[in-house]
Amino acid sequence: MATNEQYRICPATGLRIYRSAENLIKANAVVAVVFLAVGGLFGFMVAMTRWKAIHLLPAKWFYLVLTAHGLDVLVVWIIFFEMAVLYFASAVLLNCRLATPKLAWTGFALMLIGAVVTNIAVLQGGSSVMFTSYVPMRAAPHFYLGIILFAVGALIGCFIFLGTLIIAKQERTYKGSIPLVTFGALTAAIIAIFTIATGAIILIPTFLWSLGYISHIDPLVYRTIWWAFGHSSQQINVAAHISIWYLIAAVIFGAKPLSEKVSRFAFLLYILFLQLASAHHLLVDPGISSEWKIFNTSYAMYLAVLGSMIHGLTVPGSIEAAQRRKGYNNGLFEWLRKAPWGNPAFSGMFLSLILFGFLGGISGVVMGVEQINLIMHNTLYVPGHFHATVVAGTTLAFMAVTYLLIPLIFQRELILPGWARVQPYLFGLGAGGISVFMMGAGTLGVPRRHWDISMADAQLPYDFPGAANLMMGLNGMSAVLATLGGFIFIVVVVGSLLFGKRIAVGTTEAASGSGQPAASAVGRYGSAEAPAVPGTLAMVGVFFITFILYYFVNWKYLAEIWPLR
Amino acid sequence: MVHSDDKTGNHPEPPTEDNSEPERIPVMQQILDNPFLLLFLGITIPAVFYVIWGIMEIVHIPIAK
Repeated sequence: MATNEQYRICPATGLRIYRSAENLIKANAVVAVVFLAVGGLFGFMVAMTRWKAIHLLPAKWFYLVLTAHGLDVLVVWIIFFEMAVLYFASAVLLNCRLATPKLAWTGFALMLIGAVVTNIAVLQGGSSVMFTSYVPMRAAPHFYLGIILFAVGALIGCFIFLGTLIIAKQERTYKGSIPLVTFGALTAAIIAIFTIATGAIILIPTFLWSLGYISHIDPLVYRTIWWAFGHSSQQINVAAHISIWYLIAAVIFGAKPLSEKVSRFAFLLYILFLQLASAHHLLVDPGISSEWKIFNTSYAMYLAVLGSMIHGLTVPGSIEAAQRRKGYNNGLFEWLRKAPWGNPAFSGMFLSLILFGFLGGISGVVMGVEQINLIMHNTLYVPGHFHATVVAGTTLAFMAVTYLLIPLIFQRELILPGWARVQPYLFGLGAGGISVFMMGAGTLGVPRRHWDISMADAQLPYDFPGAANLMMGLNGMSAVLATLGGFIFIVVVVGSLLFGKRIAVGTTEAASGSGQPAASAVGRYGSAEAPAVPGTLAMVGVFFITFILYYFVNWKYLAEIWPLR
Repeated sequence: MVHSDDKTGNHPEPPTEDNSEPERIPVMQQILDNPFLLLFLGITIPAVFYVIWGIMEIVHIPIAK
């Protein structure tokens, strides 16, 4: 179908970019970054309170700020950015117009209103129920209403993504299968639809309960369904940021996947099994059988882990294959040494890959084992794990791709390139430190949600070993580094949007409806030809050795604190 | 436009005007190319194995007397 909608051709990638999609990508990305700044500031305050030597906030403020931090960064920042990714992966990568842009703006407005309403509810002080908002803790009704509005807006975005796939197919803007990055975004959209549906199933009754229309919500039913929303919302991130890894590898290196089929199969494993990992939050809950817990974690979840390990092999492998084609063939790692480490898009993406795999991936599997989970359940180990996945993994990947989006979508040059160059390292080091030290403190038993880990004002205070206090101090220092990295990111991004030199606008013309070839490898279906990736295989070997050692160290640790006689 | 590359063992393209002999598309590729089938699977499997199974177990807990 022909359309008169305006588009331009990106001079750098050859991608056709429709105005409606472009404006929505810009709006979602900008709001996402604003909430990252706000949520990150709250996170800094949480870390400074957990650092015993500083202990910044009083108890009341701590729980308020912790609630706002969780919501703003785990939900609002991430999902706004994911909306930008969905619109990019559909309309831009498929060279087609966006389905129902007006409805997309309605969805955007709902998300924005919902996020603001929930933040207001939290800052008013009566809704310090934290991100999980477990019943019978009751927040103000507009706390739940805001989340529901936000979720409805995000759901609209997901269906517009699916509608855009239909338009692209009908208008034949691509042949064969959709590109791998779009397939990854489809995976994220499917997980998002399940996530939002389960969120609605539990949060709408909870909203009515907060208004007094429903007398009782069963806490165990709440926890079970809420985690289908709460954990799956983080699985959207995994699918989205892995798509971004492939995107960045394709844009910077012209890298093709080692095997399209295998990478797609890995995403299919996510679609089928990734959401089931929500069960690891309920591994010590009474009332649910071991069969349910073990099937959902130790059986089905491992199939999703297989998907992650496939991506962990194929993304660096595709980069290695591309680099070796360019002649970087000396030894195992010349391809990696000669990679553009000064390009924040690459360094951020590669650090995200390493930190996500080694810290977030391994700790997630270990924590998903029913027996080992007893050591660290509800301790700081849990936030340590998800800071490795969501902060060091997803957030760093989203930051990395932002460095590509600024010239591609916003058509601005980066300001302060020196700052941008060091930013991923600062943020990655800080986020990695936060993860490692929180997991260390959690292993020593430090609880995840308590304002004062020494419980000095309790009738039965508890002295943690000195190592736990050391871990909390190192966690605080890491948070300072991560905050500095986050601050530099905000300065560079906002400064580039406001003051960056404008890049010459590409050709703008009326769309005829016939597709044009995208110059970038992002939009192509195809695998690398006969790739040899010995360096990647060596890294995978290191990963497996680390995985096995860490797994058995935890079993040994469990045996020591829970001796079998 | 998305290109297919037969040298790398990838899927055959669907029939086009200049290629009237359609090649058989493998079943697995047909599944992966169907976003609404994937959406159905991605919602049904966790809904059955996680939500419904979990809620049924909770509902069967005897009520304290």
